[in-house]
Amino acid sequence: MELYKQTLSLLKKEILLEWRSKYAFNGVLLYVVSTVFVCYISFNLTPGFSGSNGYKIVWNVLFWVIMLFASVNAIAKSFMQESKSRLLYYYSIAGPQAIILSKIIYNILLMALLSTLAIIIYIIFFKNVVGDPLMYFISVLTGSISFSTVFTMISAIASKAGNNGTLMAILSFPVIIPVILVLIRLSKNAMDGLERSLNYGHFEVLFAINAIVVATSLLLFPYLWRD
Amino acid sequence: MKFIYQWWWKVLAVVTVLYTLVAGFLGGVPRLFILHETIRNTYFHVPMWMAMFTVFTISVIYSIKYLNSGKEEHDLIAVECANTGVFFFVLGLITGMIWAKSTWGEYWSNDPKQNSAAIAFLLYCAYLVLRNAIDEEQKRAKISAIYNIFAFPIMIVLIMVLPRMTDSLHPGNGGNPAFGKLDMDNRMRLVLYPAFIAWSLIGLWIATLRYRIRLIEYKQNTL
Repeated sequence: MELYKQTLSLLKKEILLEWRSKYAFNGVLLYVVSTVFVCYISFNLTPGFSGSNGYKIVWNVLFWVIMLFASVNAIAKSFMQESKSRLLYYYSIAGPQAIILSKIIYNILLMALLSTLAIIIYIIFFKNVVGDPLMYFISVLTGSISFSTVFTMISAIASKAGNNGTLMAILSFPVIIPVILVLIRLSKNAMDGLERSLNYGHFEVLFAINAIVVATSLLLFPYLWRD
Repeated sequence: MKFIYQWWWKVLAVVTVLYTLVAGFLGGVPRLFILHETIRNTYFHVPMWMAMFTVFTISVIYSIKYLNSGKEEHDLIAVECANTGVFFFVLGLITGMIWAKSTWGEYWSNDPKQNSAAIAFLLYCAYLVLRNAIDEEQKRAKISAIYNIFAFPIMIVLIMVLPRMTDSLHPGNGGNPAFGKLDMDNRMRLVLYPAFIAWSLIGLWIATLRYRIRLIEYKQNTL
């Protein structure tokens, strides 16, 4: 019960802080828009690109690559922007599980919102070829949840190890690759409008990976948080 | 910890490896299409991964122990086991690639099992890079222990679970029958199972030697 209350108030604080500055949100949104626009311009240097054979594959893979980098950037901030004294204050008022849980939930909310906006922007620039939009949207949401759970813990580790972006990338990419492989397969099925029951296996794997990651985060963060 | 200073299991490991070498090259094997004599690589390729799993598991166990105890020795065991594991990882990849050249046609054929293994390799390289990134000893030990525990289940998912879900040329994956069920007969099992144990013990031996060297260095430096 204590954990629930602490998590909720920490979560409220995160959202309130973000609402006041809108720094992470606007920053990442601009990041996504500019990346999409750069990709749009670069790919359309080749005439007839949107009618070519590999268009669907490129469409899908490109979206996930953009999302991957956007989420690394968005979530890397979650621990790095905290000052030392503020972290010290959290430690005196809340348990470690509450802190990591509130961060994970906040990142999930942020990423869900961002990826929804990202897919809309993406569709505006790149001609829509999705066969099963609802399923594709669900896979995007699942993706943002998985990115958030994995990157939150990694960003906690990276911030303890000296706050550098290289370390965040090195540590997180091997962990995220299995997730992104499953996501690309899942969203490709949705794109081709395949039978939905084919995707249940993919959802199970993603759920399992998320469960493992959240469980290990909850277990390990108490050892990580104090210096 | 007395175990690592005893000699009987080291003799056992050497004798068993010699036995698998002799029996592996001279013993009878089933004649199979495509595989032919390369089936003997089973005695070397698969035990490398067994040895790797053994030392990585020990590494994770000692990382957990380190988090609970804070003893520097536990961290040294964890890192030396991880180092040895990476060595066997490379050996497993190389034996697999040579085998793939003669049976699948290419050293690297974009097979899910190969790709997953490569990613898991990156995971442990990241662990070693993370250790280099932190100067303070206790902080390094703690953070790398946490990453090690975090990485281990992901490694299991990568190597054991994901390749089984897709089409793969590798036996035991994507609906392909595993070696054990179809192709192997009892003559091979008599060599393969001892090889698992023998190479795991060899891996353990290497790790303990490295650990003992590190321990001496550590004691010298703290004096």
